[in-house]
Amino acid sequence: MTTTPPLLSLAIWLPMIGGLVVYATGSDGKAQLARMLSLIVALFGFLVTIPLYTSFDAAQGGMQFVEMASWIPRYNINYFVGVDGISVWFVILNSFVTLLVVMAGWEVVQDRVALYNSAVLIMSGLLNGVFCALDGVLFYVFFEASLIPLYLLIGIWGGVKRVYAAIKFFLFTLLGSLLMLVAFLYLFLEAGGSFNVMDWHGVKLPMSVQTAIFWAFFASFAVKVPMWPVHTWLPDAHTEAPTGGSVVLAAIALKLGAYGFLRFSLPVVPDAAMAMAPVMIALSLIAVVYIGFVALVQTDMKRLVAYSSISHMGFVTLGFFLFSTLGIEGSLVQMISHGFVSGAMFLCIGVLYDRTHSRRIADYGGVAGSMPKFAALFMLFAMANAGLPATSGFVGEFMVALAAIKANFWLGATAATTLILGAAYTLWMYKRVVFGPISSTTVAELKDVSPREMLILGLLAVCVLVMGVYPYPFTEIMHASVDGLLKHVAAGKL
Amino acid sequence: MDMLTLCIGIVLAPLAGSAVAGLFCRVIPRWLAHSVTILGVAIALAFSMLVYQRVGAGETMNVNLYQWAVSGALEFNVGFLIDRLSVLMMLVVTSVSLMVHIYTIGYMAHDPGYNRFFSYISLFTFAMLMLVMSNNFVQLFFGWEAVGLVSYLLIGFWHTRPSAVYANLKAFLVNRVGDFGFLLGIGLLAAFAGSLDYVEVFARAPELAKMVEPATGWPLITAICIGLFVGAMGKSAQIPLHVWLPDSMEGPTPISALIHAATMVTAGIFMVARMSPLFELSETALSFVLVIGATTALLMGFLGIVQTDIKRVVAYSTLSQLGYMTVALGVSAYSAAIFHLMTHAFFKALLFLGAGSVIIGMHHDQDMRNMGGLWRYMPITWITSLIGTLALTGTPFFAGFYSKDTIIEAAHLSSLPGAEYAYFCVLLGVFVTAFYSFRMYFMVFHGTERFDRSGDHAHHSDEGEHHGLAPGEEPEESPWTVWLPLLVLAVPSVVIGYFTIEPILFESWFGSAIHVGQAHDVLSLVAREFRGAREMGSHGLFSLPFGLMLCGMLLAWLLYIVRPRWPAYIAKVFRPVHGLLMNKYFFDRFNEIVFAGGARVLGHIFWRGGDRLVIDGLLVNGGARLVGWIAHASRLLQSGRIYQYAFAMILGLLFFLTLLSPRV
Repeated sequence: MTTTPPLLSLAIWLPMIGGLVVYATGSDGKAQLARMLSLIVALFGFLVTIPLYTSFDAAQGGMQFVEMASWIPRYNINYFVGVDGISVWFVILNSFVTLLVVMAGWEVVQDRVALYNSAVLIMSGLLNGVFCALDGVLFYVFFEASLIPLYLLIGIWGGVKRVYAAIKFFLFTLLGSLLMLVAFLYLFLEAGGSFNVMDWHGVKLPMSVQTAIFWAFFASFAVKVPMWPVHTWLPDAHTEAPTGGSVVLAAIALKLGAYGFLRFSLPVVPDAAMAMAPVMIALSLIAVVYIGFVALVQTDMKRLVAYSSISHMGFVTLGFFLFSTLGIEGSLVQMISHGFVSGAMFLCIGVLYDRTHSRRIADYGGVAGSMPKFAALFMLFAMANAGLPATSGFVGEFMVALAAIKANFWLGATAATTLILGAAYTLWMYKRVVFGPISSTTVAELKDVSPREMLILGLLAVCVLVMGVYPYPFTEIMHASVDGLLKHVAAGKL
Repeated sequence: MDMLTLCIGIVLAPLAGSAVAGLFCRVIPRWLAHSVTILGVAIALAFSMLVYQRVGAGETMNVNLYQWAVSGALEFNVGFLIDRLSVLMMLVVTSVSLMVHIYTIGYMAHDPGYNRFFSYISLFTFAMLMLVMSNNFVQLFFGWEAVGLVSYLLIGFWHTRPSAVYANLKAFLVNRVGDFGFLLGIGLLAAFAGSLDYVEVFARAPELAKMVEPATGWPLITAICIGLFVGAMGKSAQIPLHVWLPDSMEGPTPISALIHAATMVTAGIFMVARMSPLFELSETALSFVLVIGATTALLMGFLGIVQTDIKRVVAYSTLSQLGYMTVALGVSAYSAAIFHLMTHAFFKALLFLGAGSVIIGMHHDQDMRNMGGLWRYMPITWITSLIGTLALTGTPFFAGFYSKDTIIEAAHLSSLPGAEYAYFCVLLGVFVTAFYSFRMYFMVFHGTERFDRSGDHAHHSDEGEHHGLAPGEEPEESPWTVWLPLLVLAVPSVVIGYFTIEPILFESWFGSAIHVGQAHDVLSLVAREFRGAREMGSHGLFSLPFGLMLCGMLLAWLLYIVRPRWPAYIAKVFRPVHGLLMNKYFFDRFNEIVFAGGARVLGHIFWRGGDRLVIDGLLVNGGARLVGWIAHASRLLQSGRIYQYAFAMILGLLFFLTLLSPRV
């Protein structure tokens, strides 16, 4: 359909093939080569996604940059990729975050460097695949395959309880997606032998079937988001994962579930989605409030930020199931922002962990004294996490909160408690870690951020501020697709 | 230059100064940091004056600068609404800010965080200007939270002090409680007015007044106004969200003057005045405002009486005066509230900077019990503080007299529910204000010199940086950068009321910027009695408030100069009352136990009970154990002994035969 180069295929396969090449460099003796190669691959992987934004046609709500090729003709399975205003940002975000993750692991990872970097790159390609895939089987393959590199990242480079965490993560997410596969097969038959997701959007389904499919999708996507009460794998996975793994997990992997709701649940089974909205909204609000309180009492920094992620993702699912432009766009903005902010928070904790090998809040205190530059950056990200205006963290929360108040005052009031809770858990942690008298000689001897760390955190800081001060470009290209989706949902399928 | 260029310059100049001083705080020399920030604020002040000229000539401006975001039918913009209300605020903010910048050169001279401090106060000036110049609720909320952020950073400026970082967290969180209400108010407006632009919202206000909020059944306009006012209660420290302001005194004194007295804490007052077209439509909301304000004005004044830390006295006085402004808002005398806001900005900044000068003179001892007789050593600080005190207590012809007397009169004439209570509170408040103000004045500047023995006494204070005077050392007048701002601020503290009361209050200077419904227009009633500023002043000499003020002053003189032993004796006799006041009505204790403690308990219940026990313990690991248990049980059955299998088969056969055999 287009004459442009196959940008999406490049975004998917460049990091994966690059990852294999990096893996081929082999032993740790050539670690520096592996790092350089990964950086180049990640950089090009990011550069090829920039035209996705610059030549995106914001007026058009449908799929763009579409590529289609026959894959398994016997079952009508195709290599069918494309992006619309909903998914395009996640491809760009993912490729950008991959670049940061490669840089973040530069000196930190000293063990099996080639394997680590190739896992990161392959993961990045697979995640791009998930966001681009418009064929059910292709989506399923990418969706499931993306588990493997992350499983390896946690299982090999993780902390003490890494095996428990990795298996918990794997089982939770795998069990969910099996039901999704069943739903896919059913849809394949109903759509007259097509795995084309766009065809699925048009298939008429009775309410009972829609409901069943909705819950099958739910099993898969809710675990990924994660929604309450299937969220307990996330804090474990985060605490045991290495910094890079946490960043990918928080910034990108959590978006898979939310993206799934938008790409599958809402358009494929709109009537069931509408009918189930009260349940989904209730679960989202529980995530916001309950998890907010849980985050408050955490003693481990990573666990705290992990819970804060769940709480923020609660806003995302809340926005989806309000079925309003403001809600969905706010959720999408929140997802992008959460990519920057949670990624930055985990990187900040990584900076501290690399120096002291402790994630316990109680082991710190007075870090501002020895690491002033770090303290300033960390402050910015903490404020973004607490949703301060002029940071990206505010935009999505504000939009979703307004949408919620419009839908029902009590919903809005419950959601708005995040204003207090988010500030309480984030800033209380910040206070105990960064402020106060210098608590120990370890803290006193901490070295401030290196130029490499400064570059990574600085880039994220720019993103957080730009998105907070001028979110217009981010929302602009969503409008047509979100409007199309809402019209489709409103029309129903019964 | 056209008005828009001027306005952009006004906000960007302090921001640029702040960015230079902040981003390069480690590299640039001190003189550059303070020069560049002072230049930025001076440009903002000069441009504000130019804008003032144009606005004074009748010009107004309402433009959108850029589109922040669009979603569905809702537009979010960044823009300016420049009318007489905003320009007055711009002048107050930039002029006080400039004085504070200059003062800081002397006050923070020996502080290692010098450059950072200048960066923060310029950033604050930027945020506050964005707040007052906004033409929409998004930018208002931005400014609202941004000034809160800078306040947070500045209260915790000495971040190694546990008390400072406790205070700043508390300030931020209490403000967030207010913002919670504020956000709900804004959300309701967005939902039902369909816009976040002031002018559009105000145009639809009469429709909103007829609507009912569907989910709650509340009258919509009342819900909106109370939501917005809850925000104001946080920012302008009204009961029960006032608890953060006294603790904010942990910050350096210049910001106590700028942020926690003159400007930021008045943002709530400004906001309600700005929203007058909405508040006018809900008498319930107005009464709520009135009662909260009156309670704050009186109760916080009482607390000022028992404080011994010089800054805390001024802080409680600020709380009480904010209560006066809120009362003015509640009786629909919005312009009187803004008028008091302006006069208060000058004399309270003066009092705070004077207190700071005293603190420098006392080598960072803030305890008034170690002072006394300072007039001899710090003449400029003494005279300017006396002027500030006279202005605050409402001495006729001073700035505070005109604004405060108008508020009292307005409360007297108002017919809104709660107005009688408010009148009682503000009237009694005059006596209380005079008493605690002159108590401070006498304890600091007159009576016996108590600092000789303060040498090791002050070393007991919890903050390591407090020294106090060494035995035998005498206090000295502060450097010129400190006393010059005092002199400059003393001028408006005396004269600004006299010269501006007539135009601001009685010649509808604010024009359409403030809307007052005819039924509530108490100021027009006050105007009937008004015969010019001079007449009002000389009439004030024989009025009830002035009598109360004299009583308060004389009582302070009696207790702290003539009979200095009596206060301790009175405290002993009225121990329960004294204890109540010393514990600040137990608000802090209550919040710590119920809210802070309760939240932690809830967190533990959800975490250990919900996540760990039920979800992980019972469902996840329980599920895993169940699978393991089934596997274990089925392994037992697989014994490999033929006779066991055969026995099982026979049992099964019998079972099915019994089940299937036809019943005869």
